[in-house]
Amino acid sequence: MTKAFLSGNDAFAEGVRLARPQVISIYPITPQTTVVERISEMVEDSSLKSELIHVESEHSALSCAIGASAMGARTFTATSSQGLLYMAECLHYASGGRFPIVMMNANRSTALPWNIYGDQRDSLSQLDCGWIQVYVEDAQESLDMALQSYHIAENPLVSTPVMVNLDGFVLTHTYETVEIPSQTDADRFLPPFQTENKMSLDNPKNLAFSVGPDNNMEFKYLQHKAILGSKRIIEETDAKFAEIFGRSYGGLTQGYRLDDADYILITLGSITGLCREVVDELRERGEKVGLLKLRFLRPFPSDDLVAALGSAKAVGVLEKDISFGYEGTVYTNVNSVIAKNGLRLETYNFIAGLGGRDISRENITAIFRHLQTGGQHVNFIGLGMTIDD
Amino acid sequence: MTNKITAKTITDSEFFYGHKACAGCGGSLAVRIALKVLGERAISVLPAGCMSAVGFNYPHLCFSNNSIISTFAGTASMLTGVEAGARAVGIKNFKAVGLAGDGGTADIGIQALSGAIDRNDDILYICYDNEAYMNTGIQKSGLTPFGAKTTTTPSGENIHGNLRPKKNLFEIVAAHNISYAATASIGNLPDFINKIEKASKIKGTTYIHVVAPCPIGWGIPVNETIEIARKMIDCGLWYLAEYENGQFTLNKNPRDFSSIKDYLLSQGRFKHLDDADIEILAVQRDAKWAAIQKNWNTTKEEL
Ligand SMILES: Cc1ncc(C[n+]2csc(CCOP(=O)(O)OP(=O)(O)O)c2C)c(N)n1
Ligand code: SF4
Ligand SMILES: [Mg+2]
Repeated sequence: MTKAFLSGNDAFAEGVRLARPQVISIYPITPQTTVVERISEMVEDSSLKSELIHVESEHSALSCAIGASAMGARTFTATSSQGLLYMAECLHYASGGRFPIVMMNANRSTALPWNIYGDQRDSLSQLDCGWIQVYVEDAQESLDMALQSYHIAENPLVSTPVMVNLDGFVLTHTYETVEIPSQTDADRFLPPFQTENKMSLDNPKNLAFSVGPDNNMEFKYLQHKAILGSKRIIEETDAKFAEIFGRSYGGLTQGYRLDDADYILITLGSITGLCREVVDELRERGEKVGLLKLRFLRPFPSDDLVAALGSAKAVGVLEKDISFGYEGTVYTNVNSVIAKNGLRLETYNFIAGLGGRDISRENITAIFRHLQTGGQHVNFIGLGMTIDD
Repeated sequence: MTNKITAKTITDSEFFYGHKACAGCGGSLAVRIALKVLGERAISVLPAGCMSAVGFNYPHLCFSNNSIISTFAGTASMLTGVEAGARAVGIKNFKAVGLAGDGGTADIGIQALSGAIDRNDDILYICYDNEAYMNTGIQKSGLTPFGAKTTTTPSGENIHGNLRPKKNLFEIVAAHNISYAATASIGNLPDFINKIEKASKIKGTTYIHVVAPCPIGWGIPVNETIEIARKMIDCGLWYLAEYENGQFTLNKNPRDFSSIKDYLLSQGRFKHLDDADIEILAVQRDAKWAAIQKNWNTTKEEL
């Protein structure tokens, strides 16, 4: 183990190096670029032995990864925003074909208007494409989830691609001290990729075929079941990771000061750190507030939510996303769990940080006030005005 | 070259068998022959299009070699991944081959094809050209020739079918300074077989553009597929050529052309053409041949 001062992208690249992917397809887009630059340097200095392929588009980046995965190779690619949307067809292709590709996405706003800064509309708009989606908070978690994601994706019961989301700039370009595990420990954690879902000369296969109405539902049902089943694998992976590296993230969600909390804020990604500080401040004043970080959006952590929210009075969802014409997508998902489980509590949605708008400590304090006093359900933060529900 | 594959020596094994292509389908013959030449160590990538649609209907899977459908645009990019992946897992002596239609190659897939050639990935890309988007019901592609009636270029009083000439994909590919590119036709299988064999032995990206008529889309009887492919060469609207080491070579140099009108009017898709339309095609053909004869080498042996 060594320590280094790394950006989120650098840390992710270290995680990728330790995972030893055999084929990497790269195409640049801000703010993902430095991760593919680091990886290129690693291949140059032989600290990473991998086929590095300079593809001509993000569609090709993922199509290439699918081809390599179909030969049984461990693969990696990375993208952001317009690139993620450009590869949309291949997102469904990779998950439907059950190819356990790991991809980093630097969360960034989507055009129009053009904007290179961080929000989560890119990945949240792709929530239904059959990928496991992880949102990480800091550089250490970035590195750790690069490794863990392969362990989850490649589990034969899961066999599903994983998208790891890092908030653009705020996380991808912010430097922190990070522990880099040794290759020996990484190898102990992550065995080489093995799969039956591949073409080989000994056992030729036809892959990525058509399935008509008579069998199609069965394929989709199995895909759904595998992602639901990945919840257990995600928890086992985290436990194994803790055993070897001494760091644990708690699986699908990570709670903070939830015991006896009446007012809970749900977060994802890098804003969580600041929210924790606000929770501490308010707790010092005797206010019963807590926080639940959603680490995985697919599979959706329904059981964790029920357990965490069961006795709360109100819950807020803070997200850098809006499903135009309705509300934040994470909020819709949270409300569905609450309705299905008959929980009786108020829910509020806080849309913030679109196009990289700063989310301040004051904003978060005001959000907790809103939870306590009640008010409008869907709120835009930092707009200086309200929008009627 | 030793042990050339010929009609006599070609394997009896079938690699593309039991599929649902229409009777007389030229594309399926091109795929069948290509895989016979390449053999069981071929790993084929087929994009959306007729050949994947007729061959991969679970649980009825028709390729006995390793085969996978790619996205429509992704033949070449998936080939790149397959080739790199196969090497990465230690597979030796294999050939990653793309078998893509004209639309999948010249239109939506041209970006990925260009990228693969640029990287000189060790893949063979075969475009079977039936001159339209057949799988979706005969729509115009970038390789639909001037005058052809398709479902999106109908012929009527005002417009006589497709207004634009066929893209010159062979030379577009060659302009990448590719290791090897060739044109071929299922109307001349010995030549097609030779070129597949030759391409498969070259390291780096290779490309073969094979004309493969579609009786449904062309409006010809199902037993005239080969004949119409031959007529297309004989009347000079197609040519058999190679590009290698920066040089173009014409493999077959006909002394005179057969009737372009006869070739065109024997197909439903050209039935509406009047003499002025046909004259446009004849002028284009003559200009092309003048350039070919001026700039390209010719092979001595007649094929
Ligand atoms: C991204 C995308 N756009 C459109 C289609 C619809 N589509 C499937 S096959 C096809 C036509 C294929 O034409 P071509 O490549 O010439 O092959 P052919 O069917 O003629 O053999 C089209 C348009 C698709 N599958 N994917
Ligand atoms: S429509 Fe044409 S190309 Fe498609 S299978 Fe039938 S004959 Fe072949
Ligand atoms: Mg076609």
